[in-house]
Amino acid sequence: MASNTAEVPRKAGGPAGWISVAVPAALFAWFLQYVGPVSEGEQILLGIDWVPSMDIRLSVLIDGLSLTFALLIAGIGTLVTLFSTAYLGKHPDYPRFVLFLMAFMVGMLGLVLSDNLIALFVFWEVTTISSYLLIGFDNASAKSRRSALQALLLTGAGGLALLAGMILLGHVAGTFELSEILTQGEAIRAHPLYVPIVILFLLGAFTKSAQFPFHFWLPNAMAAPTPVSAYLHSATMVKGGVYLLARVNPALGDSELWFWTLIVAGGFTTVFASLLAIRQTDIKQVLAYTTLMALGALTLFIGTGSPDAIKGMMVFLVVHSLYKAALFLMIGIVDHETGTREVDRLRGLGRKMPLTFLGGALAAISMAGIPPFVGFIGKEFLYKAGLGHEQATVWITGTIFAASALMFVAAGIAVLRPFTGRLSDTPRPAHEGPWVMWIGPLILGALSLGFGLFPDMVERFLVAPGTWAVYGDYDYTVDLYLFREVNAAFLLSLATFATGIVLYLVHARLRAALARIIAANPVKFDPGWDRLIDGIKALAAWQTRHLQSGVLQRYMLIVFATLTVALGGTIWAQGALDFRIDFAAEFDGLLFKHWAVLIFITAGALLTAYTGSRMTAIAALGVVGIGVALIFIMFSAPDVAITQLLVETLVVVLVAVAMLKLPNLNLGDEPRRPGHAVLSIATGAVVSAVLIAVLQGDLDRRITDYFEVASWPDAYGRNIVNVILVDFRALDTFGEIAVVVIAALAAYALLRGTRYGGDAADKDGGR
Amino acid sequence: MVNSIILNAATRLLVALLLLFSVFMLLRGHNLPGGGFIGGLIGATGFILYAIAQGAEATRAALRVEPQNIAMVGLGIALCAGGFAAFFGEAFFTGQWLFIGETEEDKGLPISSVLVFDIGVYLVVFGSILTLVLALEEEV
Repeated sequence: MASNTAEVPRKAGGPAGWISVAVPAALFAWFLQYVGPVSEGEQILLGIDWVPSMDIRLSVLIDGLSLTFALLIAGIGTLVTLFSTAYLGKHPDYPRFVLFLMAFMVGMLGLVLSDNLIALFVFWEVTTISSYLLIGFDNASAKSRRSALQALLLTGAGGLALLAGMILLGHVAGTFELSEILTQGEAIRAHPLYVPIVILFLLGAFTKSAQFPFHFWLPNAMAAPTPVSAYLHSATMVKGGVYLLARVNPALGDSELWFWTLIVAGGFTTVFASLLAIRQTDIKQVLAYTTLMALGALTLFIGTGSPDAIKGMMVFLVVHSLYKAALFLMIGIVDHETGTREVDRLRGLGRKMPLTFLGGALAAISMAGIPPFVGFIGKEFLYKAGLGHEQATVWITGTIFAASALMFVAAGIAVLRPFTGRLSDTPRPAHEGPWVMWIGPLILGALSLGFGLFPDMVERFLVAPGTWAVYGDYDYTVDLYLFREVNAAFLLSLATFATGIVLYLVHARLRAALARIIAANPVKFDPGWDRLIDGIKALAAWQTRHLQSGVLQRYMLIVFATLTVALGGTIWAQGALDFRIDFAAEFDGLLFKHWAVLIFITAGALLTAYTGSRMTAIAALGVVGIGVALIFIMFSAPDVAITQLLVETLVVVLVAVAMLKLPNLNLGDEPRRPGHAVLSIATGAVVSAVLIAVLQGDLDRRITDYFEVASWPDAYGRNIVNVILVDFRALDTFGEIAVVVIAALAAYALLRGTRYGGDAADKDGGR
Repeated sequence: MVNSIILNAATRLLVALLLLFSVFMLLRGHNLPGGGFIGGLIGATGFILYAIAQGAEATRAALRVEPQNIAMVGLGIALCAGGFAAFFGEAFFTGQWLFIGETEEDKGLPISSVLVFDIGVYLVVFGSILTLVLALEEEV
């Protein structure tokens, strides 16, 4: 049975390969045409109606924020897919990988470009699902599968919270179009539903962007192939939450709740993640935690909300995407060509892999925030924003200072250490990768330098339009510069470098100390997650054991008891039991035939309850059903009566077929069950009470009248029942017949399954 | 399966009558009591009678097509009848009508996507019930 698929040789790339590169490259080129208009402060709205009756449009909003994201997604996407042609091109499942990656890219672009909240949510979930598939790409590994499921459950739960928040926001704003919602900030903040909306949005954004305490899925997601980590888990998807926060900032931001939640969660995540980054020995994990740090910093600055902070956020967003994607690709090359990512086993690769080293080094210098790279500008503006804030100067500046110094160390660990010094032994002899691999880090690294040297370009085309969109004010002037004067921010930068250098020199001891502290800490999130999942499973098993006993009698008891209690409780609570019936007058109105049917039904019911034979009981039950059908006929509902008669006949036949084969028990010997009698009488009484209560009030006949009037002119039919079934409510009928088919197939599978199972067991026994 | 000469002889006639009657009920349904649901039930009753008289195997042979396939085809027909409205730019499941030989006084012979939908319902009910009954017959 061994499958040969793994041995089928596949040419590197193939059609899937070049398609996967061409699509994002074309998209990138297409988005470039909007750079000009958007930098003029224009908002471009495109769209088509999707579900007009529910106000759902497939609409696109292109402004500074969404365009920056779209360019990053398509641009980095091109480099990552190019990288993948060499990294995974020979993998037997490569085409599937490309499919998932393209699905993800579509989802991500849709997410950042959607103007409609519901459409945004749909794309949000597309990224969640494709991320699940990509993390679990190596599906033979239990670790991959667990990480994928963890990411899916956590971000999926956040997605549900987000959906609830979006529906509330749409309700409050009266529209689902973001472009309209964003202009109503004042009204939304004054609304009583503001607090639940913010909480639900933050749950969605924090799970997606892995903010504390939902941070633990992101490092686990590094089980994915490296191009995926570079693309999804650093440059794009995890920024989806940050994008959402930035997007709704004009509508939801500017309140105490928003400010404090974001700066506390963001600031804490920043410092916490940079400490954990230093702790790691796997370079990919180091980078994973520094990504967490970046996400924390972005959240922190959206929360801070001042124009300087938003500007710093936008710069840092671009800076981080460039250097982090480059570094992930770099470690991908190292892993691919040497067979290890352990920091202790990698030394002196620079001479063997000069181009990889060059790309990685450019990115790392930007990450460390050294001038003249754009990373320096990003850090300067973060400091400036922190120092300029009145309420939380120390907290914001302090967290950024700590994180920047630790970033400096992480950059050293990720690039300086492995590429310098004497060449070490690696599982595979180190050599340079093919050009499709090192071109990505090289381009991204060069951009980091180029953007730093020409800050005007970034400012005009990306940062200024983005800042306007997030801040919600198009008159604000954005000014980026590399160096202008010696001020507090510049001095802080110098202090950062000094601290960073000192920490780098002692980083081995620092790591050991951190490891001890982490080991001593009793609160562990990842094992805690396992306990949570185990708890949910145990709860499910417990309630299944109690509810799904497999005994038909107990099922019926539960169903009827629930029905009785729910119905009876409701009409009692609604006070509908307070009715008077003049029994004498009611019974006077009955004709002889009515009495006959009544006696017929009662006799059938009594016989069912008291007979000693199964067959008699079934037949007597059929009598009750036929009596009910007679009532339908008397009160002129022929369609219902015919259906009732046919169904009764079929039920009797079906049950009789089954019962014929059962042993002939004498039911007369069975013990009487007073409990069952009580439940039966109670159910009957409650249903009767409900029917009488219904008749007490005036029936709303508007719908009936409408059907009576509209049936012939609109649907050319005189039988209203049938016209409703096949025309007015055809969609409902379609749902019902689908259920009929599913039920029949399920029953068929059950009946057949048991029979074949029995046969197979017999054969095995006979051998 | 019941060995009874009377039932066997009567069934041959009754099955044909019931099937004919079921189609009659299906077609008159839009204006008079009847319709796909009732028609399907009556048609299924005919074959159930046949199954009781002749056994499940003979019934499957007489049907020629597996009943679950009939149900699935019915579901497909109903879906197509609903989707037909899309060709005219109208909402899903909007009835489409064509009157053949329409004159001033008389609307002529009506043909509609609604009738096609009802035929789908008929086949679903017919196929699903026979799926269940035949499987049950064979099982016990």
